[in-house]
Amino acid sequence: MKFLRNIFDNAHAALNKSEKTKKFFPLVDSVDTLVFTPNHTTQKGAHIRDAIDLKRTMMFVILAMIPCLLFGIYNAGHWHYHALGEAGGYMDNFMSKLGIGAWYVIPIIAVSYAVGLGVEFIFAIKNGHAVQEGFLVSGMLIPLIMPVDVPLWMVAVATIFAVVIGKEVFGGTGMNIINVALTARAFLFFAHPTSMTGDNTWVAGIKDMKTDGTLVDGFSGATSLGDLAGAKSKYAEAAVALAKDKGEVVVAGLKAEGDAMATKAVSLMDSFWGFEVGSVGETSAFAALLGGAFLLWVGIASWKVMVSFFLGGLSIAGLLYAMGGNPFYEVDPIQQLMYGGFMFGMVFMITDPVTAAQTGTGKFFYGFIGGALGILIRMANPAYPEGVMLGILIANVCAPTIDHMVIRANVKRRMKRLKTA
Amino acid sequence: MSDKAKEPLFSAKNKKLISDPLNDTNPVTIQVLGICSALAVTVQMKGAFVMSIAVLAVLILGNVIVSLMRNIIPPRIRIIVQLVVVAALVIIVDQVLKAYVYDASKTLSVFVGLIITNCIIMGRLEAFALGNKPWASALDGLGNGLGYGLILVIVSFFKELFGSGSLFGFPVFGDAAAGTGLYSIGYENNGMMLLPPSSLVIVAIIIWVQKARNPKLLEA
Repeated sequence: MKFLRNIFDNAHAALNKSEKTKKFFPLVDSVDTLVFTPNHTTQKGAHIRDAIDLKRTMMFVILAMIPCLLFGIYNAGHWHYHALGEAGGYMDNFMSKLGIGAWYVIPIIAVSYAVGLGVEFIFAIKNGHAVQEGFLVSGMLIPLIMPVDVPLWMVAVATIFAVVIGKEVFGGTGMNIINVALTARAFLFFAHPTSMTGDNTWVAGIKDMKTDGTLVDGFSGATSLGDLAGAKSKYAEAAVALAKDKGEVVVAGLKAEGDAMATKAVSLMDSFWGFEVGSVGETSAFAALLGGAFLLWVGIASWKVMVSFFLGGLSIAGLLYAMGGNPFYEVDPIQQLMYGGFMFGMVFMITDPVTAAQTGTGKFFYGFIGGALGILIRMANPAYPEGVMLGILIANVCAPTIDHMVIRANVKRRMKRLKTA
Repeated sequence: MSDKAKEPLFSAKNKKLISDPLNDTNPVTIQVLGICSALAVTVQMKGAFVMSIAVLAVLILGNVIVSLMRNIIPPRIRIIVQLVVVAALVIIVDQVLKAYVYDASKTLSVFVGLIITNCIIMGRLEAFALGNKPWASALDGLGNGLGYGLILVIVSFFKELFGSGSLFGFPVFGDAAAGTGLYSIGYENNGMMLLPPSSLVIVAIIIWVQKARNPKLLEA
């Protein structure tokens, strides 16, 4: 410890020697305060002492993401072997699955952190303030919501876009109005849709397997949501065919095709534990819930947001379930919520304290809007299976308005009380 | 006229009429007018270029005509008079485009007609041409048209370069379909750049850079 302390003290002293190197102070300072608790104290005025600062908060969130990350690495390896037809049972080849998964996932993490922190350093040095800690969490969230097979340069471009446009233009950490990690994902989703959706991106190395024909027969590589959305489109085609009087056989054939696609979607238990293809860290609802329990226990995430987000999703899923009419709507509502990034978004995305609503009542509305819109976009529009991402971003944008209305309502209520008294 | 010495055609004041709208009072980035067309016609540089010329022509001619009539227009119906002038000019421009650059006119489609609703044109007629002489009005129209065109061309430059990998239709990064040039090492065109909302991001970045470089634009 003493040895480490000395390194930082020497570095600070060396930088302070000349005016030219002084501006690189944030660089050393940020690493220093990451390793040691800073001993700065407030100069004047009363203040509350708390053991947890921004950096410690961020580290807790990263700790909460570790189950998702570890499972994601295993899952990436498992589906790589599965696509080759060599997966066997879940525990067979456990170490080599981890190895292959790490081989694909670690570079995404490295690129995300290197590029994101690089941008943060540039802005910190330019604006002359310490490097802010916000990117510690975003840098880990970005790899967890990327498909395994995404090209690394796309991760780099998306990270630059997210940090600059999503955060720095608003004034840096704590000032952003939309979630930084989701900005990166939304950017890639609209900029490079072929690398973010479809059959060719969710399994590590699937493009090569398809070209050399090593891909096992009958495995498409689409996510459960992709299959279900495909089934929904087939039913829509069947409805068109029916309206055009194409004959019972054609209609029944299209419906049968849709049903066949829908059966490829994984079961409730598999989607809960996470044994399905999908973005790196978001397949396992169980791992996300572990992290969520930890975040609630240390008091970083708000249970109000999480509960209302879940209820919002559940109500729309239940409503469309009651409506029925195609295999996508007829998925059991609880199972619907286990698919895709809904549980991951509930734990790590919608709860982001910066972009969430700040008032207690507002948090309920905010979470509910996010969950309801997320599931509505996912189910009603098959082109956007990533509805949860868009739902959360829309909720982010609405959060200040929700707060404003809650505060106005409060003022109105208290004014009324004042008059009657 | 007679009591004042004749002002040179390009006096300092008149030069400012052209240079100000390019930077300090840019109609798009500072006054935030004409945004709709900046979003709609900037996918291709060629379209943006033709659009800029069309708006420039309507602006100059409209300014001059309204300025010539400024003393005989009754104030209560001035908006209607301005609309008639602009509408007539837009129809002429539309016909000229159809006659000489039919392809560009096709891609611009309805947006040529919609020049009539471009706030920059009505804004300059109201704010400048109604109270100034024809020559100054012409220069004002020229300046604002150039300021508008400048932004359109910058936006379309980035949108076409990253969205289609070409400039004025010539491929810059290689052939995407055949996979040559940059595409052979895994580069892909950015699909978001083909969508109108990406123009907003680029216009916002231009405003950011402009305000960072020009101290006059800092808000208190």
